[in-house]
Amino acid sequence: MPTLEMVLNGKEVSIEVEAGDLLAPVLRDRLGLIGTKISCGEGECGACTVLVDGLTVTSCIYPALKAQGRDVTTIEGLGTAGQLHPIQQAFVDVTAPQCGYCIPGMVMSAKALLEKTPHPSEEEIKEGISGNICRCTGYYQIVEAIKLAAQRMAEEGGAP
Amino acid sequence: MWDDYLFPQSVDETLDMLDTRGGEARIIAGGTDLAIQSQRGRVQSRVMVDITHIPDLDRIDEKDGYIHVGARVTHAEVAASPLIRARAGVLAEACGSVGGPQIRNVGTLVGNVVNALPAADGAIALFALGAEAEVAERTGRRWMPMADLYGGVGRSTVDSSKAMITQLRFRALADGDGSAFERLAKRKALILPILNAGVVVRMDDSAVTSARIAIGPVATTPFVAFEAAEHLVGRAPDGAAAAQAAKLASEAAQPRYSLLRGSAEYRKAMVEVLVRRALMRALGLTSGEEGGDANS
Repeated sequence: MPTLEMVLNGKEVSIEVEAGDLLAPVLRDRLGLIGTKISCGEGECGACTVLVDGLTVTSCIYPALKAQGRDVTTIEGLGTAGQLHPIQQAFVDVTAPQCGYCIPGMVMSAKALLEKTPHPSEEEIKEGISGNICRCTGYYQIVEAIKLAAQRMAEEGGAP
Repeated sequence: MWDDYLFPQSVDETLDMLDTRGGEARIIAGGTDLAIQSQRGRVQSRVMVDITHIPDLDRIDEKDGYIHVGARVTHAEVAASPLIRARAGVLAEACGSVGGPQIRNVGTLVGNVVNALPAADGAIALFALGAEAEVAERTGRRWMPMADLYGGVGRSTVDSSKAMITQLRFRALADGDGSAFERLAKRKALILPILNAGVVVRMDDSAVTSARIAIGPVATTPFVAFEAAEHLVGRAPDGAAAAQAAKLASEAAQPRYSLLRGSAEYRKAMVEVLVRRALMRALGLTSGEEGGDANS
């Protein structure tokens, strides 16, 4: 079996995978990182969004071996329950999640957006999360949360 | 799903890998369509030959008036490229409207072509640009026009178990030329188009010198409205010329009734609207406000 070596949430990981394995099930079932959700399973809804070398990908259709030698970040790589990432904290503070299933993917898309565009316009925020579908919220609070996160991160002056 | 997943380091090594496995292997680039097709059992190949580690295939550059786009280049890279935005705007707009950000970060423009769907946004823009693709086989490499790459819905004439497209090329737009892409869909992201249209208009001081109008999905392959484009040539770039060309394009298009996309009558009528919007923008006659809101 091929060995997948990648940097996962800042740590080097080496794991044997099947040639046909997709990244999301490897993350969830083999590595226990169940923050990444699988919903549509066809790259349409964005619930499985993770970052590969800083770019968002839908990990449910991303061949695991494509992550070979790359830097992968999942929602677990952002913050912890005790110390949330500013984006996560903003989602909590404006009550952005309802059922919550799409939220890890939303947060990862927001992270990629703010990394590239620290002061996004509302249009840029909508574009940034246009690959993530939420069936509960109508998106309003999610957009507000990303605005708030951008504002707080700018005030803190820290890297996103 | 697959038995083996390989990363060749050159085009020659890729072709060797395909040859050695005698049809069992095929090319994968972004895999945003292929992974789904494989999961559904629609792809028989057991070995994936991933070309995304091959150096040089990631280039977007201009040489002798031609823009070249390598086989690894993603939709996001095309959409963000300053060269493409300045000299092939129709392609930047089209690639920016494919799927959502996550799909554009992974899926490649060449993959959009090899997938051979008549609605593929990137391919429609390439038809409008009169692009060609370099096909590499064991016997050598040759340039093929876009139209020759299509054998029907979802059927490329490039057999990915034997050959690969290494790059695309098309003539860069000059100062004064114009291009635009329009798309009609139920949402603004993550949805296949009801219709799309790409236009490229080349001009001298007073008149249109050449034009190309590509429309999808109104036939089994991306459709080029030659007669409509010909109507523009030699004419002053004004609204009347654009409106007449759009009418001719609509008359030539043969959209079918589609449960997903709407009635044939509706779509035929909308071809005229989309082509007119695209031409008006390409000719510099509107700011893009009318066309820019085609989805609403």
